[in-house]
Amino acid sequence: MKAIHNASAVALTIALLAPNASAEGKLSLFHWFEYIPQEMLDRFTAESGIEVTMDTYDSNEAMLATLKAGSMGTYDLSFPGDYMVQIMSDEGMLDTIADGELKNKANIMPEWLEVPYDMGRKSSIPYQWGTTSFSVNRDVYTGDISSTDILFDPPAELAGKINMLDSQGEVLALAAMHLGIPQCTTDRDQLKALDAQLQTSKQHWASFNSDTAKEVLVSGDAAAGMIYNGFSAKGRLEGANIEYAYPDQGVIAWMDNAVLLKDAPNRESALKFMDFLLEPKNIAELTNWAQYSAGVIGADEFLTAELRATPENNKPADSGPAVFVEACSQEVQAVYDKIWTNLKK
Amino acid sequence: MAGGAASGGKAQTDTYKEARTLLLLPSWLVLGFFVLIPVFMMLIYSFLTKEFRGGVIWEFSLAAYDQFFFDRGLFGDDAPSIEWTYINIFWRSIWQAGAATIFALLIGFPTAYFIATRPPNSRQMWVFLVTIPYWVNLLIRTVSMKFLLRDQGPLNDFLMGIGIVDSPIHIINTDFAVQLGLFYSYLPFMVLPIYAAVERYNFSLSEAAADLYASKWQTLRRVLLPAVKPGVIAGCILVFVPSLGSFLAPDLLGGAKNFMIGSLIEEQFKGNAGNWPFGAAASMILLSLVLIVLMLSARQQNKGEGV
Repeated sequence: MKAIHNASAVALTIALLAPNASAEGKLSLFHWFEYIPQEMLDRFTAESGIEVTMDTYDSNEAMLATLKAGSMGTYDLSFPGDYMVQIMSDEGMLDTIADGELKNKANIMPEWLEVPYDMGRKSSIPYQWGTTSFSVNRDVYTGDISSTDILFDPPAELAGKINMLDSQGEVLALAAMHLGIPQCTTDRDQLKALDAQLQTSKQHWASFNSDTAKEVLVSGDAAAGMIYNGFSAKGRLEGANIEYAYPDQGVIAWMDNAVLLKDAPNRESALKFMDFLLEPKNIAELTNWAQYSAGVIGADEFLTAELRATPENNKPADSGPAVFVEACSQEVQAVYDKIWTNLKK
Repeated sequence: MAGGAASGGKAQTDTYKEARTLLLLPSWLVLGFFVLIPVFMMLIYSFLTKEFRGGVIWEFSLAAYDQFFFDRGLFGDDAPSIEWTYINIFWRSIWQAGAATIFALLIGFPTAYFIATRPPNSRQMWVFLVTIPYWVNLLIRTVSMKFLLRDQGPLNDFLMGIGIVDSPIHIINTDFAVQLGLFYSYLPFMVLPIYAAVERYNFSLSEAAADLYASKWQTLRRVLLPAVKPGVIAGCILVFVPSLGSFLAPDLLGGAKNFMIGSLIEEQFKGNAGNWPFGAAASMILLSLVLIVLMLSARQQNKGEGV
């Protein structure tokens, strides 16, 4: 009896100590710039007692480069895009989440559970997803915009007034879709055609810029531009008469994910934060702020009515497919690098 | 820094001679740790094998330099010919930086001369006025420049308003916009060294030249310019070198349609290419070019002082 009493006293002590232990818990995020509201982090800290620190990056590649240059073991979570999850996984930079470690894993929508870059979600959870295609200023051009011709073989009104994203992966993927060839093709004729297409299309392009993709459309510097759907919606709300296109050739799908990094210094806190992000209410708060889409069951009901009705977030059923950018093999990537350098030489 | 003409005297006595080593130690440590070691690492990386998607494999390779100088076709198996792509990118950057330097010199020299010829008590104010805009972050200034220059921006509104042009002049996303941006970014680096040199210039020399029937042009060319040359050279170097590696102005004002040296190197580390040895090699080639320019100008300067 005494032994049991002692045991329960120990258990009680542990139970009492546990919140204290987590009160000293830390969480170190490596995140995109401006991609989570500070209030959410504060609320997580208030709820869990875990202190959050965050460094930011401005591209998937920059994040990879920083981690490879010796920052592994510094951060618990980072937020790579789809193809980058695959790359990081191939590089052995991700930790595996065992079954049952995430209590909210069942909240992930089925279509985002089996994704090509992380089948069964062993290391990642959905953060935000959306599409990338292009938007057109309807004051300048009123014709049909349901084809990628708008970017690659534009009508006279738009030629010379087009901004492209300054991102090799997305530009080459959309160009491949425009030509109807597979991504990362090894066929030499197809690769030559891709190179030639970009050379011809370049004369119609005014600039390459990702950070100001929205701003150039709002200011009128560009009359059409490759853009992420959420960016385009923000531009429209800022008063620009721009329409986001879902072309017949298809759109690029992208999904940012929270991944558990190998050698995470605060693995437990990281899992807690992942569970936090999988709560419909929390992820909906984030989605309302970021204006993209969540991949979590039940989040919809917490979204603002505006966001649910946003045309940019609702892909028409008769439009082309949404395709993830693929991570090419080393041989094809070498050719892609050449094509990109040719384009910008 | 810029006052070679006036401060060319040799140090005969060194007040701190005994403590020299100790006093210089912190500088040597800082320079060694933050300048020499990183440059040396770059040099080594440029001779290593690239790892797919960034990083290096510790095996000696000349592939990075080969890629810079030889073109082997889209698939890398054609017979090698000279690769003009990167040479062109370097040439474009040199040309942009050079044009910006010339603009800065044309505007900076008269400005510096004007300031140096004001009464001594008002000079500080003029120098202050030149530097005020530069208390603002470079990115903000470059973006503001973009707002000013755009087709529907204030500059075009003004030009159309006073009837000089009928339709907006297209400046943004052109080479000229880049040169303008670089010129604006680095103008004080031209004005300040020239000001320092002109301020020390003995203006009775100009009077003497005039007394000896030199024209104003001759006085400028034969008397003033040789005396303030070190300041001019320092100004040109201070504008040219950062312009050469700059990528903010080319990206924001030039539309990033063409690589400049800075953006080419950035792409190797931050972009899809992930080719660190090539980025390191391009940096080393850039560094060598800059060193050659600096050494040539140093030699020129030494010659000038040796007379």
